[in-house]
Amino acid sequence: MKKLYDSGKILTGLFFFLAIVTSPFWYNKVSGKGAYVPELKIEKDEKECVRRTGYMKKSHMELLRLWRDEAVRKGNRIYIREDGKKFEISLSGTCLNCHKKKDEFCDRCHGYVGVTPKCWTCHNVPQEAKK
Amino acid sequence: MKRRDFLKLIASGLCSGIFFPSILVPGEKKREKRWAMLVDITVCAKSKDCRACVDACHETHNVPSIGSSKEEIKWIWISTFDRVFENELPISIKDNLSQPVILMCNHCENPPCVKVCPTKATWKREDGIVMMDYHRCIGCRYCMAACPYGARSFNWRDGKPYLGKINYDFPVRAKGVVEKCNFCEERISRGLIPKCVEACPLGALKFGDIADPESEVSKILKGRISMVRKPHLGTKPNVFYLL
Repeated sequence: MKKLYDSGKILTGLFFFLAIVTSPFWYNKVSGKGAYVPELKIEKDEKECVRRTGYMKKSHMELLRLWRDEAVRKGNRIYIREDGKKFEISLSGTCLNCHKKKDEFCDRCHGYVGVTPKCWTCHNVPQEAKK
Repeated sequence: MKRRDFLKLIASGLCSGIFFPSILVPGEKKREKRWAMLVDITVCAKSKDCRACVDACHETHNVPSIGSSKEEIKWIWISTFDRVFENELPISIKDNLSQPVILMCNHCENPPCVKVCPTKATWKREDGIVMMDYHRCIGCRYCMAACPYGARSFNWRDGKPYLGKINYDFPVRAKGVVEKCNFCEERISRGLIPKCVEACPLGALKFGDIADPESEVSKILKGRISMVRKPHLGTKPNVFYLL
């Protein structure tokens, strides 16, 4: 085996380098902030969402995209679920009817994962009217 | 093929062309619905300063009043007869050239704005409405250049601060999209008539389906003299002006 020249300096350097690079992970681990999950608040009028919670968590954007195309491109404003229940296709009307506070529901997760959907540049949040 | 057979074929072709001309000339595709607006300008002439339809429309659709003519956004607006119909003035009305005429998107049968849109953000629906999809609009303004009626406006800035009060049932627009009258598509889908028609205190506006010969608008159109804007362009507007 060949000798590593200046092994002391290199290994200490490597150690500090790795320590600094991975420090955010250690910091989160020690402070417990890494385990933080955003807390969502809903004021429900309805018993259930349009689709199951699991689907909504993962794929609500796909449902919204489908709704957008149905309402705007096809002029169809009624969504019929597999079991036959009907919903009016409306972001401000149907979705925000239960998820009343956008800043306590939508924004918390979107902020947590660092996405900025552009829905709200045009679509109104009824709650903002009362402020 | 024998000469005799060839002549027979030609003859039968000519016969079918005479009896069923639709084989030779493809007719226009007939739609089940064709929404149209009738504007009775003789009624509008009775109250010259009336802006009921304009205000009601702009309030309903969150159209900001920015106050500069360069950045003006309008769905309905008012002009004078001589300006609107400068090339097709009929004799009977020449003494009343300054009377007000309401203008809006004509929802043309042959819309030039639709042809030029590179993203299909604007398109013609089955029922004749020329729709705008603000999600898809990239703000290139080709449609504004193509529209011969000036019916389209561009959002140079965020319009929210310029709205008196926001109608929370209808979206506002983002900076950088083109907007125009949508024939109250969102109200029609709920079985309502357009807001301007509802708001007019004198009943100068009529809305209905002119594909149906029994509808009220079809009957009115048959019985009265009507004009459209710039008919020579072949856009076939669906907003008719009753004289």
